[in-house]
Amino acid sequence: MPQVLVVADTADGLAAKPVQELLTLARRFGPPAVVLFGPDGHRAVGAVGAFGAERVFLVEDPLTTEGLVLPRVEGVLAAVAELGPGPLLVLTGSSPDARETAARLSLRLEAGLVTDAVDVAPDGDGRPVTRQSVLAASYQVQAALTTPVAVVTVKPGAVSPQPAGEPVTPQVQRVDVAFSGLARAVRLTARSERAATGRPELTDASVVISGGRGLGGPDAFALIERLADQMGGAVGASRAAVDAGWYPHAHQVGQTGKTVSPQLYLAVGISGAIQHRAGMQTSKTVVAINKDPEAPIFELADLGIVGDLHAVVPQLSEEIDQRR
Amino acid sequence: MRIVSLVKHTPDIEGDRRFAADGTLDRAAAEGRPCELDEYAAEQALQLAETHPGTQVTYLTMGPEDAASSLRKLLAMGGDGGVHVLDSGLHGSDAQASAAVLAAAIRRLGFDLVLCGMASTDAGMGVVPAMIADYLGVPQLTYAGRLSVADGSVEIDRETDTATQTYTASLPALVSVTDRTGEARYPSFKGIMAAKKKPVEVLSLADLAIEPARAGAAAAWTVVRDITPRPPRQAGERVMDDGAGGAVLADFLAARKFI
Ligand SMILES: Cc1cc2nc3c(=O)[nH]c(=O)nc-3n(C[C@H](O)[C@H](O)[C@H](O)COP(=O)(O)OP(=O)(O)OC[C@H]3O[C@@H](n4cnc5c(N)ncnc54)[C@H](O)[C@@H]3O)c2cc1C
Ligand SMILES: Nc1ncnc2c1ncn2[C@@H]1O[C@H](COP(=O)(O)O)[C@@H](O)[C@H]1O
Repeated sequence: MPQVLVVADTADGLAAKPVQELLTLARRFGPPAVVLFGPDGHRAVGAVGAFGAERVFLVEDPLTTEGLVLPRVEGVLAAVAELGPGPLLVLTGSSPDARETAARLSLRLEAGLVTDAVDVAPDGDGRPVTRQSVLAASYQVQAALTTPVAVVTVKPGAVSPQPAGEPVTPQVQRVDVAFSGLARAVRLTARSERAATGRPELTDASVVISGGRGLGGPDAFALIERLADQMGGAVGASRAAVDAGWYPHAHQVGQTGKTVSPQLYLAVGISGAIQHRAGMQTSKTVVAINKDPEAPIFELADLGIVGDLHAVVPQLSEEIDQRR
Repeated sequence: MRIVSLVKHTPDIEGDRRFAADGTLDRAAAEGRPCELDEYAAEQALQLAETHPGTQVTYLTMGPEDAASSLRKLLAMGGDGGVHVLDSGLHGSDAQASAAVLAAAIRRLGFDLVLCGMASTDAGMGVVPAMIADYLGVPQLTYAGRLSVADGSVEIDRETDTATQTYTASLPALVSVTDRTGEARYPSFKGIMAAKKKPVEVLSLADLAIEPARAGAAAAWTVVRDITPRPPRQAGERVMDDGAGGAVLADFLAARKFI
């Protein structure tokens, strides 16, 4: 009987890398069950089976993908009721939706909650112990959850996804949810999709190239995009660049944007304000290009080039092309 | 309309933020201030008050003695009064307990709209608004990049990775806002003077009928086992671009197998 319940983030797409990571972590605690939302959930059954999910709960009502948080909470609670005894541990992602779903689940299940964990593992008694970065990544905290049930939201990239030794054919169950009036009270009235860029997701890219106010305008983001494409990276931006309307908010790195932890972070025309550093300082290697030798970003850069980005970036792109 | 706008008193993020021996944030180490993200909520509250005559804006904080200064700072921007939940039993409260206490205070005040920041700059969990909505049993519209109120309903725009979505719900409701809603105003001198005379009510756990066992460190559902400062990143080499900066960078990236 699974004791670990993985709650897919609807933003994950179908069994994309984030769910595979959660299932990889979940298996440390035993055979996992997984909740998938939305009418397309059944298409991911094979994929989650490959990562060891023994049971799959499909909560197909479109309210779970269109509504805001509460429909998903009620969907998970319905799945928990089907699961019988347990679960011991609920694992989900760290997007705003996932975190808020976790928040409300923690109240309903009277479960301790840890958000934004970068690791979760059982202690000697099988109880979850988490690790997280706090205060703009200046501290690492290890925490234990003392309640019978625990809810943990995990950052992308906490673990590299490992398929189960033996693929499992999950037992699949469709869950009908009797949604509360409150779950229907928040209505989606408009939605405008942005075109996909074809580049890797910011949060799981191993290379991130970010541009800031130093770019001077939206056009210079073409330099950043070219570099990103040459290196198979994702494009990030500072809040100043986003606020100026030069690049979409979904690409913002920092306190009120995404937290990234790539192998390489290249900051171009970014000063390195603490709110920006909060989102990138756990990157393995940091490189910065800035014309101001006193820019704070250099304090954490493994290599800093003091110069005009309009000269340095095109030259770098040329060099990369020549070295192919 | 009755608006309750939440504000957490947080250590300045530019300051020296440390942990105390008991694993809680050392609130004396860095100077406290209103959480920057809550200032965006306060700004939205004040803008709504300007466009909806008869609106009352009350700021609510839960925190130590010093938290009163954060209430005064927001009252200097505008608004009608403040409520400070202050009790020695609150020290070390986790998100669940904080939300329970704040929800009890909000219920006592009465409200049409609760406004919060998207996350606190210290705990940064971004979970208290959803929890308060759960306790209050009202619609939650969180991470609003824009919000408006008309005909007894609130409407927000919310940006996800792939789309912008518009949601609406009837009041009473809870909304949390992002820094996309627009910078908070600066207090005027007149505002600062006026703030001194605005009423601030202090409430204890007993006033809110919350049992001491349900708040504070002893009631927390998680236990911190260990806190380790992350060694600050070391500044590496800094190279002046003399016309070959891009090539130097390429050499560095090649040596590390990035290209
Ligand atoms: C509540 C709150 C939340 C925030 N959240 C975030 C967040 O999530 N992410 C974020 O990034 N910021 C955030 N900020 C904003 C942050 O404080 C900074 O204002 C922002 O990061 C600055 O962006 P920037 O570095 O692009 O711009 P600036 O600070 O203006 O820096 C531009 C840099 O470009 C350099 N430059 C200019 N021209 C050139 C050139 N030709 N070649 C090379 N270099 C050049 C300059 O020397 C300068 O260092 C937040 C602020 C607040 C108050
Ligand atoms: N002690 C508190 N007093 C007042 N508001 C709070 C408090 N804690 C959290 N909040 C509100 O909840 C938001 C999110 O907090 P958090 O979940 O800690 O990130 C904050 O931005 C505040 O608006």
